Amino acid sequence: MTPRTPTPGQDQSEVFRGESPQPKGSPSAKGSEKGIVRRSVPAFVAGEELADLAEHDERIVVLTADLASANRLNDFAQRHPDRFFNVGIAEKNMISAAAGMASTGLMPFVGTFASFASLLGYEQIRTDCAYPGMPVRILAHHSGISLGYYGSSHHALEDLAAMRVVADLTVACATDANQLRAMLRASLDLSGPLYLRLGRGRDPEVYADVPSNFRFGVAARLRDGAHATIIATGSEVHPALEAAEILAKQGIDVGVIDMATIKPLDLEAVREAGEGGVIVTVEEHSIIGGLGGAIAEALADMRIPAMLKRHGIHDEYVEIGPPAGLYAHYRLDSSGIANVVREFLDELA
Amino acid sequence: MVRLETLRLSRIAGAGHYSGTFSAAELLATLYYHRLRLDPTTPDWPDRDRFILSKGHAAIGLYPILADLGYFDAAWLESYTRLGSRFGDHPDMRKIPGIDFSSGSLGHGLSIGLGMALAGRVTKHDYRTYVMVGDGELAEGQVWEAAMAAGHFRTSRLVCVVDRNRLGIDGPTEDVMTQEPIEERFTAFGWACQRINGHDIAAVLGAFGALPDVDHGPPQLIVADTVKGRGVARMENDVSWHVGNLGPEDYEAVRAELMAGLS
Repeated sequence: MTPRTPTPGQDQSEVFRGESPQPKGSPSAKGSEKGIVRRSVPAFVAGEELADLAEHDERIVVLTADLASANRLNDFAQRHPDRFFNVGIAEKNMISAAAGMASTGLMPFVGTFASFASLLGYEQIRTDCAYPGMPVRILAHHSGISLGYYGSSHHALEDLAAMRVVADLTVACATDANQLRAMLRASLDLSGPLYLRLGRGRDPEVYADVPSNFRFGVAARLRDGAHATIIATGSEVHPALEAAEILAKQGIDVGVIDMATIKPLDLEAVREAGEGGVIVTVEEHSIIGGLGGAIAEALADMRIPAMLKRHGIHDEYVEIGPPAGLYAHYRLDSSGIANVVREFLDELA
Repeated sequence: MVRLETLRLSRIAGAGHYSGTFSAAELLATLYYHRLRLDPTTPDWPDRDRFILSKGHAAIGLYPILADLGYFDAAWLESYTRLGSRFGDHPDMRKIPGIDFSSGSLGHGLSIGLGMALAGRVTKHDYRTYVMVGDGELAEGQVWEAAMAAGHFRTSRLVCVVDRNRLGIDGPTEDVMTQEPIEERFTAFGWACQRINGHDIAAVLGAFGALPDVDHGPPQLIVADTVKGRGVARMENDVSWHVGNLGPEDYEAVRAELMAGLS
């Protein structure tokens, strides 16, 4: 391996000289959200939802690692103090202890930042949760680059890739508060462990109500389109829908699939999209090994000769910046996604 | 019996973790035959005491005990390490009745035991959870995360037994990574500590007998001073027998030595 060095003339090198990153997409990050009506729905509803579910399900216990106020799991703690454990900043101990609890018949929900849950706790998820089949639910919040200027230590761009190779682990990404509620409810009937990837808690609404038909492993087609299909997951579903609106005004007809479950993957949804000919995957994750990787593998396995563009973070550590600025810079906002799709279609034309 | 079966199963596998199993033989036997609240006919009995062999490489000494207690047919052990066997070098709870948790990766067991102890509090069961760790394993940082949390939550039904045989894979533990003072370290985390000779069954029984029958007190540590390879002269305190294999003649000689030790 040769070390990566900044190449003069690239955006990176400009930043290394101490300049601020300029958004690649246009207009600016702030401007890109103008004109789009967003209902602000706090997405950290897990504590509240689990507290409700725990009224009728004695298996539910909740653990966190000194983040009960950040992830609002204190909403659960207030109502069920005897079933809540704050173990301090010790993620490995938390996940293994949750596995021990699960072995007695409990169903532990464990919340911490995605970067720490997935990387610090990886072996504990593999060896103590998945290998023995313990029904631990990892609530991996503040995933992707949603912690913005906290920097790469707090970003989770590898977690889907890491989790996807763990046998017997269900891997899913919640896109908004309503879907999260549906996932938490569905998880009560899920055997084995679950890695549930959450955003920053400020995620705009995609689903107007709690989807009553949610099932792990089943994708939702949110929009049909003849020219291409965007397959997005988690935080990128909403901007993907906005991108489809932008493209529609330009005469480009793009469908959108919410691939909420990364594993097991909805192969029929992938087949259907692949038979349309053009797929763009969008994820707040490395383009390696996550949603895009999963779709590429599925298309190859099913021998579907579709044109595929994987969009996300392109194998790099991201710049410092507020989340909105980063989404614009890395073209993960609506206008950026629209540009990526249009450029891909232009390449193919 | 633990040592003889370890010998026999290692021959089936072609290699075995002899010496770290021999150091724990009396501890395992005393726990299973005299201490743990068990019902081998109901391996998932909710009120049973839990045992986690965090030093999972000593499982070769635990399997024969579980067979002897009736958790499964002793004939199953003939498949030890063979393709498709239930029994590998480290124990798998999904394959072996009586194994309360899978282990193998050092440093996890005390956390898992902590979870079981806290779960007993939630579900209102008064079982105890015993975790056996190796002394070299104490170098794993997660052990201290668990020790800290157990002290914080005052899980006095959690018992950590340290097999203090003083040898790791690369040599004496104190040369590889200093472990002493073990009791002072755990005491600082809020544990109550005992130190005993781990080959003296009366002392082991005494330590277990002294455990308080209450919740919400100091978690309980028992440091058992042991001899790695105990019972076989050529293996005692010899680092090279952590994993090994005996030739046919040596096998018979060691077997005879162990049989003589029984009489």
